[in-house]
Amino acid sequence: MKKTLALALAMMMAATMILTGCGGNSDTEERVVNVCSWGEYIDESLIDEFEEQTGIKVNYQTAESNEALYSLLKTGAGDYDVIVPSDYMIARLIDEGMLAELDYSNIPNYALIDDQYKGLSYDPDNKYTVPYTWGTLGIIYNTTMVDEEITSWDAMFDPKYEGNVLMIRNSRDALAAALLDLGYSLNTTDESQIREAYDLLKTAKENGVYQAFVMDEVFQKMEGGNAAIAMYYAGDYLTMLENNEDLAFVVPEEGSNWFVDAMCVLKNAQHKTEAEEWINFIASTESNLANMDYIWYASPNAEALEQYPDYYAEEYGEDLDQDLYEIMAAPADVLARCELYVNLPSDTLTLYNDLWTELGI
Amino acid sequence: MRNKLSRFAIPYVVWMALFVVAPIIMVVIYAFTSANGGFTLANFARMGTYGVVFVRSFKLALIATAICLLIGYPVSYMLSKEGDRFQRIAMVLIMLPMWMNFLLRTYSWMSILENNGLLNQFFQKIGVIAAYNSIFGTNIKYFHMIGTPGAVVLGMVYNYLPFMILPIYSVIIKLDHSLLEAARDLGANTFNVFRRVILPLSLPGVLSGITMVFVPAVSTFAISQMLGGGTQMLLGDLIEQQYMGGAYNPHLGAAISLVMMIIVVVCMWVMNRFGEGEEQAVML
Repeated sequence: MKKTLALALAMMMAATMILTGCGGNSDTEERVVNVCSWGEYIDESLIDEFEEQTGIKVNYQTAESNEALYSLLKTGAGDYDVIVPSDYMIARLIDEGMLAELDYSNIPNYALIDDQYKGLSYDPDNKYTVPYTWGTLGIIYNTTMVDEEITSWDAMFDPKYEGNVLMIRNSRDALAAALLDLGYSLNTTDESQIREAYDLLKTAKENGVYQAFVMDEVFQKMEGGNAAIAMYYAGDYLTMLENNEDLAFVVPEEGSNWFVDAMCVLKNAQHKTEAEEWINFIASTESNLANMDYIWYASPNAEALEQYPDYYAEEYGEDLDQDLYEIMAAPADVLARCELYVNLPSDTLTLYNDLWTELGI
Repeated sequence: MRNKLSRFAIPYVVWMALFVVAPIIMVVIYAFTSANGGFTLANFARMGTYGVVFVRSFKLALIATAICLLIGYPVSYMLSKEGDRFQRIAMVLIMLPMWMNFLLRTYSWMSILENNGLLNQFFQKIGVIAAYNSIFGTNIKYFHMIGTPGAVVLGMVYNYLPFMILPIYSVIIKLDHSLLEAARDLGANTFNVFRRVILPLSLPGVLSGITMVFVPAVSTFAISQMLGGGTQMLLGDLIEQQYMGGAYNPHLGAAISLVMMIIVVVCMWVMNRFGEGEEQAVML
């Protein structure tokens, strides 16, 4: 019996060792950086280039949404060094003390980032973040399936488009559309306003306006002409446009969200030096140009943003359509009616979560 | 120790302890605590709100299981009567889809069922939609299939049908032929042989088939998300949302999981009881 017990214990220990991966001693042999970003959100040749240049191995992983990333971090399932969350999630992570302060002397390319994207509400003192991309949220619609030009968030709730609208599967963006349509701020903490926005969504859902609640499925559905209207991000619209030229994009007149996704290092990161090397590499003008060309999200790197039309002309032998460039990098007059998300107080977050679950039922 | 060989079961026991028993204990702990760690029943108090989702999940899973049984049993029965070669090929064909990733298979169903998908395009080409419009005086451009409960049931049936066929088939194929001959000798016709001998003897296969279809169907989330378009929320979606989705609340998620597990266990227990009763009745 004793033997059995010893064997069981030995196995238990072996199992824990396999599971924890004996991370301790492998560090000295090989330099590694663990990156978690979104799907289709990097020109993957950059990873190879970085590995070749520095000899640091990049473990590149993806999460579905800011909320999913947050759960991964909270449950300890994600063992990352660098993450690329959006503004409001960064604010939340800073609030909860989960991010490490960066040593900007290791990131000289930070100087290339336009001042417009520094000192924003989520990181007012520029201690934790290096912006990765920015963009706007808007309505994508199929011009052959609607007989008017869409300019307002009303379209997302209009029974006229029954069964032809794709709502975004993400509480913050979905409620923002409803709040903006009602003329409220997307950062409101007023419970009655949020409930009113929820009712708008709920009524539209009950009227059968929504064909589906989507994230990445939006590509297949919009490209294939399976739905007329969707709300999604400008950069992804440009990707869809490559496959379906009937699609149009608008930042509604009531305003919208503009967002910044920025690179951060986690407080418990095992490879902080490597993480900063990676961030510096990605912040360079060359990397930003490559990324912009690949994912169609605007770069916060001033040089890259300015050089992109030339880069495009050189790469494809034709000029970049000015309208498309302005959808990617929204001009000042569009940005003027857009607002960044701020991190909501925990009461409001709980309300969001409860309403979102209720909406699904 | 009763049996010397039982030490070979130790790896499995350790595995179960680590990955089955420990997680269940954690689910129970999470379900009865709040975010700040204190004991609470509040997670269960909210369960009433989600009654609709419970009902929908169990309803769709039951329908899917029934359809799987209606398709799976005849298939297994016919199959067992065929020659060896045919059986082998048929088995490969039944297993074949399972060699592909489950998500990919469900994703392809999406493009088949879309409003502008393969099936609707096909209907349009062969004039089914025009015929439908002229008969019913409607003016539809496509059949609405994606995002309906039917699409979710279809996804469940498609994905879980092999789990119904395999256990039933493996029981029927092993039936003792002398029993069937004895039944015939005693004057039973083909129908009676089936009803009074084959059917009762294959019941264990049916029961495990039902379990293997119903349990994953009731807790699925990918199928309902892709084919139901998020408008047919099932328990799996509700639980997933508490962990990975917009609403991070593992305590509520654990509570819902626990209630679901208890209902499923009770269902299975009742069914097995019922099954045992059947067998005994037949034996008498």
